Amino acid sequence: MDEMDTRRRNPEESPGSPEIKGKQSHSGEEKQAAIKINELWKVYAPKDVDIDVEDEDLIKSLDESEESVVAVRDVSLEVNPGEVFIIMGLSGSGKSTLIRCLLRLVEPSNGQVVINGYDVTAMNKKELTEFRRHQVAMVFQHYGLLPHKSVVENVAFGLKLQGVPKKERQRRAREALKTVGLEKWANYYPTSLSGGMRQRVGIARALVVESPVLLMDEPFSGLDPLIRREMQDELVRLQEEMHKTIFFVTHDLDEAMRLGDRMAVMRNGSIVQIGKPAEIFANPADDYVARFVQDKRDEIRKADEQMEKFAKACAQSEKVVD
Amino acid sequence: MFPSSWEYHIAPQVNAAVRWLLSEYGEGFDAFSDGLLKLLLSIQGTLQLVPWWGYIVVIAALTWVATKKVVPVVILSLMPVLIGVFGLWGLAIETLAIVITSVVLAGILMAEVKVFDLIVRPVLDAMQTMPSFVYLIPAMMLFGLGKVPAILATLIYALPPVIRLTSLGIQLVPKPAQEAARAYGATRWQLLTEVRIPLAMPSILAGVNQTTMMALAMVVIASMIGARGLGQEVLLAINRIDVGRGFEAGLGIVIMAIVIDRITQGMAKKWDPQKRA
Repeated sequence: MDEMDTRRRNPEESPGSPEIKGKQSHSGEEKQAAIKINELWKVYAPKDVDIDVEDEDLIKSLDESEESVVAVRDVSLEVNPGEVFIIMGLSGSGKSTLIRCLLRLVEPSNGQVVINGYDVTAMNKKELTEFRRHQVAMVFQHYGLLPHKSVVENVAFGLKLQGVPKKERQRRAREALKTVGLEKWANYYPTSLSGGMRQRVGIARALVVESPVLLMDEPFSGLDPLIRREMQDELVRLQEEMHKTIFFVTHDLDEAMRLGDRMAVMRNGSIVQIGKPAEIFANPADDYVARFVQDKRDEIRKADEQMEKFAKACAQSEKVVD
Repeated sequence: MFPSSWEYHIAPQVNAAVRWLLSEYGEGFDAFSDGLLKLLLSIQGTLQLVPWWGYIVVIAALTWVATKKVVPVVILSLMPVLIGVFGLWGLAIETLAIVITSVVLAGILMAEVKVFDLIVRPVLDAMQTMPSFVYLIPAMMLFGLGKVPAILATLIYALPPVIRLTSLGIQLVPKPAQEAARAYGATRWQLLTEVRIPLAMPSILAGVNQTTMMALAMVVIASMIGARGLGQEVLLAINRIDVGRGFEAGLGIVIMAIVIDRITQGMAKKWDPQKRA
C-alpha cells in the first residue's frame, strides 16, 4: 500500500503514456488547476448543428424547441489538485452530462476541458483512449460492472486495458479489494453482491488504475441511507490517505456538505453558485439555491426543537425524582 | 378476372440476367466455386480423419461440459452409433461437412455486420420466404452441380437467425457496462471483444443453434442439386418408394439435429453470465 500511496500523492508523476506526455503544458498557470473547464456547452440536437454559443437567438430557439436540449450552458470552473469538488443539482440540471463531458463520454458542443494540463477537448481518438486509461477513473451510479467477469476481474479491468500483465493486475486488484473490504468476494460474480458491495467494487476498480483524478457520478444515490452513510465515511477515510482530485456529482445536500471541500450548484445547465458548502448554506445566491438549503434548515430546526423538548422532559423527570 | 392487358412479365429479364451473368462472369463464378469447394473439402477431409469413436468421445465430452449430467452424456453419445449401424456413417459426415461449412461462412459474414444490416439482411429475409427451388436452379447454373450450390443455398436459407439474434444480443448489452468500459479507455475493438460479444454470447449461440437446425433442414433439398450425404439417401428412397430406407436416413438426420441442438443449447446456457453467479 505504501508504494501506491506515494504515487497517488504526486499526480504530476502518475504513470501517463509517453505518447501524450508531450502535450502536457508546463506553464505555471495551468499546473495549478487539476480540472479546468472553460465555457463548456453541450446541446443535444436532432441534427449536428454548428452551435454558435455567441448567438443568443439560436440558443433561445434551441431552448424553445422540443427536439433539442441545452444540457450544459456556458460552464466555467476550476478544481484544485487534491480537492473534493461537488456538483449539486436536481435531476435534469445537466450535472451528469457535465461529468461525462470531462472525459468525452459525451462529446461537448463547445468549450474546453483541461485536466492535469491535458487539453481533453483537443485530443484525437488515440490520445483520448490513453488519457482515459491513465489520467481519470470513473465511478457510476449504476455501477457499470461487467456481469460476465468475476469481482477481481472487474477490478482489474482498467489495468487490463492499460496492458498490465495478468499476474501483476491480479495482485493489484486484490490489494484494491482489500482497501474496500471485499477481499473475500474476489472470485464471486457481481450478481451475487448487494448494491453497496457492487459500488465498493466500482470504487476499487477506480482506485486500482492510480489515476490522479476520480470522477464520481452519483455513486451512492442508489444505496439505502445507512449504507450510503457508511460509504461516504469510507470515501472520506480513503481520501485522507490518497489525496486525489475528486469531481463528485450528487443531488443530496447532506452528501455535498459531508464530502465537499467546495461545491457548485447547477440549474438548467448553468452554474448558479460556487463556494464552500458552509458558505452556500449560509448565503444562498438565489431562490433556487435557497430552496435547496431550506429543507436542510427545516430539518435542523426540527431536530433542535425535538432536542429542546427532550431536554425539558429530562429536566422535569429529574425534578420528579428529586 | 385480372385484366389481361395489365399483364407484364419479368421472367424474360431474369432469364436474360442469369444468362448474362453466366457468359460475362462465368470464370469469376468458377473461381469462387473452386475456393468454396476447397474450404468444404478441407473441412470434410478433417472430419473424415477422425475415427467414429472419436466423435463419440467428443460428443460425450462436450455434453459433459455443457450439462454436467450423466444421462444426457450416455444418450447423446450412443445416438450417433445408430447412424453407423444403419450404414450411413460416411454420408452423415458429408452432411456434417456441408452444415459446418455453411455455419462457418455465416460466422465470417457476421464479422461484416454493419454492411450486412443495411443491404444483405432484407435480401436474406426475402430469400427465406422464397421457395428454395427457385434459387436452387440459378445457383446450379452459376456454380454447377454438386456441393457448392448446395452450400450457398443452405447459407441463404439458414443465415438470418444467427444474424438477427447476434444483433439483438448486442443491442441488449447493458448500457452502463459499455459506458464504463469506454470510460476506462476501451477501444472499439476491446469494447466488442471484452464486453459486447461475451454479454451477447447466449443470444449468439441461440442463433448458431437455429442456423444449424435450418441448415440440416436444407439437407434433402440440397441433395436435389447433387449434394451427397444423408439428404441424397432420402431422395433416392423417395424415388424408389423404399419407405424403410428413407426412414433410416431420416432418422439419421434427426439424430444429428438432436445431438447438435442439445450441445449448442447447453453451451448457450453455460455462457449465460447471469447464471454463473
